[in-house]
Amino acid sequence: MKTTSPVTSIIAAIGATLITLGNNWKLAGFVLILIAGAIFPLVATGVFTFQITQLLIYAIAIAGLNLLTGFNGQFSLGHSAFYAIGAYVSAVLMTQYEMPFYWTIPVAAVVCFVFGFLFGLPALRLEGIYLALATFALAIATPQILKFKPIEHLTGGVQGLALFNLKPEAPFGLPFDQDQWTFYVTFAVTILMFFIAFSLVNSRSGRAMKAIRDNQIAAKVTGINLSLFKTLTFGMSALFTGVAGSLSALLIAFVAPDSFQITLAIAIFVGMVVGGVGWIPGAFLGGLFILFVPNIAEHIAHGLGWVFDLIRSVVPFFPTVSEQSAKGLTGTVYGVFLILLIYVMPSGLAGLLRLAAERLARARS
Amino acid sequence: MEQVVQQVIGGLATGAIYACIALAIVMIYQAIDHLNFAQGEMAMFSTYIAWQLMEWGMPYWFAFFLTVAISFVLGYAIERIVFKPVHNASVLSHVVIFIALFAIINSMAGFIWEFTIKPFPTPFGTKSVLGDGLLSAHGAGMIAVTGIMLALLYLFFRFTRVGLAMRAAAANPDSARLVGIRVGFMNAVGWGMAAAIGAVAGIMIAPVVFLEPNMMVTILLYGFAGAVVGGLTSPGGAVFGGFAVGVVENLASFVPHFGAEMKLTIALALIILVLTLKPNGLFGRRIVSRV
Repeated sequence: MKTTSPVTSIIAAIGATLITLGNNWKLAGFVLILIAGAIFPLVATGVFTFQITQLLIYAIAIAGLNLLTGFNGQFSLGHSAFYAIGAYVSAVLMTQYEMPFYWTIPVAAVVCFVFGFLFGLPALRLEGIYLALATFALAIATPQILKFKPIEHLTGGVQGLALFNLKPEAPFGLPFDQDQWTFYVTFAVTILMFFIAFSLVNSRSGRAMKAIRDNQIAAKVTGINLSLFKTLTFGMSALFTGVAGSLSALLIAFVAPDSFQITLAIAIFVGMVVGGVGWIPGAFLGGLFILFVPNIAEHIAHGLGWVFDLIRSVVPFFPTVSEQSAKGLTGTVYGVFLILLIYVMPSGLAGLLRLAAERLARARS
Repeated sequence: MEQVVQQVIGGLATGAIYACIALAIVMIYQAIDHLNFAQGEMAMFSTYIAWQLMEWGMPYWFAFFLTVAISFVLGYAIERIVFKPVHNASVLSHVVIFIALFAIINSMAGFIWEFTIKPFPTPFGTKSVLGDGLLSAHGAGMIAVTGIMLALLYLFFRFTRVGLAMRAAAANPDSARLVGIRVGFMNAVGWGMAAAIGAVAGIMIAPVVFLEPNMMVTILLYGFAGAVVGGLTSPGGAVFGGFAVGVVENLASFVPHFGAEMKLTIALALIILVLTLKPNGLFGRRIVSRV
């Protein structure tokens, strides 16, 4: 019998792995993502690492909302509330009870699930625009509830809670700084959450959710417990968003009531619509949009100064525009972006990609 | 007991504000079958127009009616330019468009008129007409204006051809189109009217809360609460709901630690409570859809 040298066996092992990956593109993609995620914070700048971490957090929150809206047909403009609950549960447990951060994620998840489930009960009686309205009210009331006096000793009231000294260090003396380590933690949680999301929508429960979205009466006839599945979906959705909130407390290292305004709920909602309703990977595209487009809009608004100089040369009483107030147009530019987006791609980036793929497939055949 | 009466009257005065906005919300809901999240911002913008007209030296009532007319045209234009192209899109897309409108109008107002807080004149004066500082002349005037507006709207929807056609277009667009009503045009007129009502509401509210681009955000929530309490299909119900929300909010300030700080939460609780117990509001029609 011929003995093989260790080198040949390693080469053989690598070759076998490559062949397996070549035959299974899903697994290959997954491995590629893992490698990219492992290398990324080592080569990127600190700011960019921070932004991408934020992107992943938004993606988790958007995926949560998508479970509710895209797969179960229920609206929510109030997911900032669950995001806030997640963030606050982590912050309070870390500051008041000295719990290590990692343990606060599952606690935040459970708490948000319960809150989501409870809010799902009145939501059962509401449909479409009414539910949007009730959740809209929830989002507007959230900062005020967080400032509530009797719970101030826990939440820190208007001041919020600072976690700067409580950020976990990389364990085992690994040579990462806090930002890099935060990225790795977020990355790991993101993979876990999206794995759960994909499994959920492809499971028996996921099919029940979609059946309810498509036709409630038909779903009921086939024996699906409508109220149970709708409230459970609300709970799951809140759980995802709460985990995102919890991670954001770690990333920003600070929670305060005014970070959870209605604008956050709107951002999550817009991210979902832009990324594609009912398409889970769209969450990343949506996260990309809500993270970068407001910045781009600000730059464009800033660059609009010359337009006003032009108008002022024609319209004499047009007020002079300082740079500061030109920046005030950011909202306008952002809004115009949104409207154009809805005109051009009514079903979000997902619809656009699907259309492109169909065209491509047709061109090939 | 006396204190309760005082609080109720005070609540009616603030309730008049919510009633105005609730009425505008119901109007647009009737016209386009949607809740307009940008309603408050439209009202705020109209109020700025009125302020600008008065800055240019126009007398109050002239500026008032001119603003209402301009707002009607602007509301009509928004429907034609922004909404008509996506009329058949999903509700989700519509909500995004409302959000976009919200952002655009809010930032435009801040851009044109700056974000500083401006005082706004009242035509009724600020003397108290009832008790000691209970109901100011402006409060009474506001209640009266809301009442007049409601009466006019009732007459309009009840006795004019256009009003009837608008109701038909909203209630059943397909059948309305078959009998020769221009449904698209009616939608746009509905938007225009909602903008005009919003303008009246904004001008009435501005002396109380002062003029600034974010003045409407919380009031809009109360307006929603009022509209929901009364029922989204009933203009009269919306006005009642608005007053009711004002009174409840004022009475809640008796509860220590709660009333003053948790005002928005009260509105939230009211919305959820009413929607859960009586999804169509107190006066709303039950819409039955055939399967």
